[in-house]
Amino acid sequence: MSSSTTTLAPGRGSPLRQQLQDLTRHRLGQVGLTIAALLVTVAILAPWIAPYDPAAIDWNAILMPPSAQYWFGTDEIGRDIFSRILWGARVSVYIVVLSIAIAMVIGSAIGLVAAYVGGWLDGLLMRIMDGLLAFPMLVLALGIIAVLGPDLNNAVIAIALVNVPSFARLVRGVGLTIRTQEYIAAATTYGASPMRIMLRHFLPNASGQIIVFASLKASTALITESALSFLGLGVQPPTPSWGNMMAIGLDYLGYWWMSVFPGLAIFITVLGLNFLGDAVRDVMDPRLQGSRSA
Amino acid sequence: MLAYVLRRLAQLVVVLFVTSIAIFSMTALLPGDPTVTILGESSTLDQRQALRQDMRLDDPLPVRYVAWLGSALQGDLGRSIRTQEPVIQMLANRFPVTLELTFLSLALAMLVGIPLGIAAARWRGTNVDLGIGVLAMSSMAMPYFWLGTMLIMLFAVTLRWLPPSGYASFFGDPATNLKLMILPVLTVGTSMAAIIMRQTRSSMLDVLSQDYIRTARAKGLPEREIVLGHALRNAMNPVVTVAGLQFGALMGGAVVTETIFSLPGLGRMIVNGIFDRDFPVVQGAMLAIVVGVTLVNLVTDLLYVALDKRLAH
Repeated sequence: MSSSTTTLAPGRGSPLRQQLQDLTRHRLGQVGLTIAALLVTVAILAPWIAPYDPAAIDWNAILMPPSAQYWFGTDEIGRDIFSRILWGARVSVYIVVLSIAIAMVIGSAIGLVAAYVGGWLDGLLMRIMDGLLAFPMLVLALGIIAVLGPDLNNAVIAIALVNVPSFARLVRGVGLTIRTQEYIAAATTYGASPMRIMLRHFLPNASGQIIVFASLKASTALITESALSFLGLGVQPPTPSWGNMMAIGLDYLGYWWMSVFPGLAIFITVLGLNFLGDAVRDVMDPRLQGSRSA
Repeated sequence: MLAYVLRRLAQLVVVLFVTSIAIFSMTALLPGDPTVTILGESSTLDQRQALRQDMRLDDPLPVRYVAWLGSALQGDLGRSIRTQEPVIQMLANRFPVTLELTFLSLALAMLVGIPLGIAAARWRGTNVDLGIGVLAMSSMAMPYFWLGTMLIMLFAVTLRWLPPSGYASFFGDPATNLKLMILPVLTVGTSMAAIIMRQTRSSMLDVLSQDYIRTARAKGLPEREIVLGHALRNAMNPVVTVAGLQFGALMGGAVVTETIFSLPGLGRMIVNGIFDRDFPVVQGAMLAIVVGVTLVNLVTDLLYVALDKRLAH
């Protein structure tokens, strides 16, 4: 039975190891991997590598320009911006990873059920997904925040829910093509339960595309999070996030370092995640090459 | 063609039905007593009771939904809880602002994106292509609020060429209106230009590899005429589609950009509404945006089919 669950892959060595190797040889993939690895390292090590306490107020050092002492300068109440950016990475990684993971699980479950059960349930679920997809992503996220209230964990929920429909559609699409395969009919004849067919046959075959899609979605999730925080509706102060740091910077336009550095952190991270997403797609699903939709 | 239009219209009705349920559910899903959530802990019992009746909280949900949808279809979206202004009136004042911002941004994006896309395709694989590609990648990774802030710093604070924020009606004072719109339009249009550039490049490359282009080359037509005369016309179809489908993303960009530049549009209406816990206002603005985006998508689809009759079947 287990042989039927193997994903299709070019016949060379272990497919996963081969793909990882391909990824490290992909030029943009190397840049993306480096940036992503750096982000995660910073996020984990922030408490130890940040030179200052990100919440420490120092009235003797307000609005100081970048210097040897404060690499990225200080903000309006004397907090070290470099330290706050390192801690902000923590918040970003937490929100992006958690929200995409939740979206992946819920979306895949909906897609699997829709594809496997079909009929009116499929129709109903997909119409609901279409309806949600009609909203611009940020607008739907704002609507969810309006109900739940502005807060870090609510931002996670909002970003997760906003991404559910596209995962559901993707998994359903893969599921529909698998459904007609003969080995599914064979498994059904053997008496495999619907649950078993969904988890052991549908899911492994869709996993490649799910991973590719998740990596492409990571940068959008980060942008949505920082936009929410920038608007004051995501991560709440004093917890530092790159978005809410930029919101303060907007009130202190003469002090360029307050806006430039947090923005640069978002820019570099998004660029890295985009590179990584494209590379993962090229490596895992060569058919999709060059079809990135923004 | 007619069958396609009808099918597409039926889809539109279903999508709008689902989105209306989603928007209606916002108040139905509020945790606890919604009147306390909306009016705050300090509100009096009388105020809460009045709102209770206003929102028909004692009726069953389906009854409330039908009543809400019925009034919405007649243009009655309720009143702002904070200012008592009818929501439909607020929308009438704010929709034009957002519409101006998005359409000017789209125009800028096409004006910049299409020529750059043609250039990248024409000089494929050269440094021109590479340079344009890097530019596009960078502008797509730049969050709106960062670009907007940087533009204000450069053009308003440092160079003092343009006002940092504010709004003037186009019909009242067109010159000031356009001057105030320059930075917001640059903010929203830049990443859009990158998307249009990439689409133009790839569909140009597609067309340039076709047989009739080879024939045109063999006839000895000048390259300029081949690219701009023969290829461009056929490459534009997917570009128009992408532009239309990005309208939703543009609306998302407008939300953030309006906040940075203090433009009184739909986006700021939503954000302020959330801070004021003014649900009719948030719901009304969301409804307006989703109806707008859905209609633009419909028009885009129909245009695409009208331009390429093979797809009607």
